[in-house]
Amino acid sequence: MADNKKIRLAIQGVATLIQNANLKGFFEGKIYTGPGKKICVPGLNCYSCPGAIGSCPIGSLQTFLTKFKIKIPYYVVGLLLFFAAFLGRAVCGFLCPFGMIQELINLIPFPVKKNRFKGDKALRYLKYAILAACVIILPICFKLTPFFCKYICPSGTIAGIILAITDSAIASKLGAIFTWKVIILISILFSSLIIWRPFCKYICPLGAIYSLFNRVSLIRLKVDENKCINCGKCAKACKMCVDPVKTPNSGECIRCMDCAKACPEHAITLNVTEIKSHSGKDERIKGEQ
Amino acid sequence: MKIKKYLPTILLIIAAAGLIVVGIALKQPQSVLEKAVKICMECIGIG
Repeated sequence: MADNKKIRLAIQGVATLIQNANLKGFFEGKIYTGPGKKICVPGLNCYSCPGAIGSCPIGSLQTFLTKFKIKIPYYVVGLLLFFAAFLGRAVCGFLCPFGMIQELINLIPFPVKKNRFKGDKALRYLKYAILAACVIILPICFKLTPFFCKYICPSGTIAGIILAITDSAIASKLGAIFTWKVIILISILFSSLIIWRPFCKYICPLGAIYSLFNRVSLIRLKVDENKCINCGKCAKACKMCVDPVKTPNSGECIRCMDCAKACPEHAITLNVTEIKSHSGKDERIKGEQ
Repeated sequence: MKIKKYLPTILLIIAAAGLIVVGIALKQPQSVLEKAVKICMECIGIG
């Protein structure tokens, strides 16, 4: 495994541990009830997970929309915009526990590994439809039902499995909805063997929100056109199927920096590590606003 | 030039901070906490 991948995996591991620091909860089957849960974590991490010390932003968003008298979720939207402004989809690449799970599964050898296939581009829009329908419109229309959490969220299913193992009362209540969610979870995990991060690419409403702000987030990709030789190695290396030369700040880019690693001319950098200009006025850098 | 480049980001951060302040003033973190300290039956698949 390349060095930058190891570093990113280490950051993902630490972020997952921090977001799930209530380790004794896993053994006792009890969730954390402290004040930390007033704050939403940046990634998809169910607040019903026994380890969770913060709240899931998507679950919290639906909390406000499913009330009989709808409250505008200023606080949750503000936190989401805050994460989006600083990190954009780097949240997906570095801080999301479910993203890490999918990546780890993709490391398992499997006869078929495929990232580019017909229909991939169209499927990318599905996550925006899920955001609009399951996180916003349906919870507003059908009160008391957080649609995304109830019928789709695989993070909640993992929490349910852990709680069912440790609490027989919960295990006895599991029914058809849980079976449905387990089928979704297994489908996503199996797909992860073949496709890199299928949930992030096609389903995740949180990724959909962050992707809208990727162009203006503080962390952006820069491609130095004076250095770029258009060899196409960056686009080939990108598992999210982004061409960094054409769209360095595509909503699909999770800032994993595999493209920068693949670039023989070191033309791709993050704007947090500013490119020094050597050729004065003629130097053109893609990705700058 | 730098300010122009980061203007949308700065505006977004200001907007985010404003929304968070309004949310805190309306005691919304308490609503988040109230929901999150109980096991969410829908989330875990019991609904």
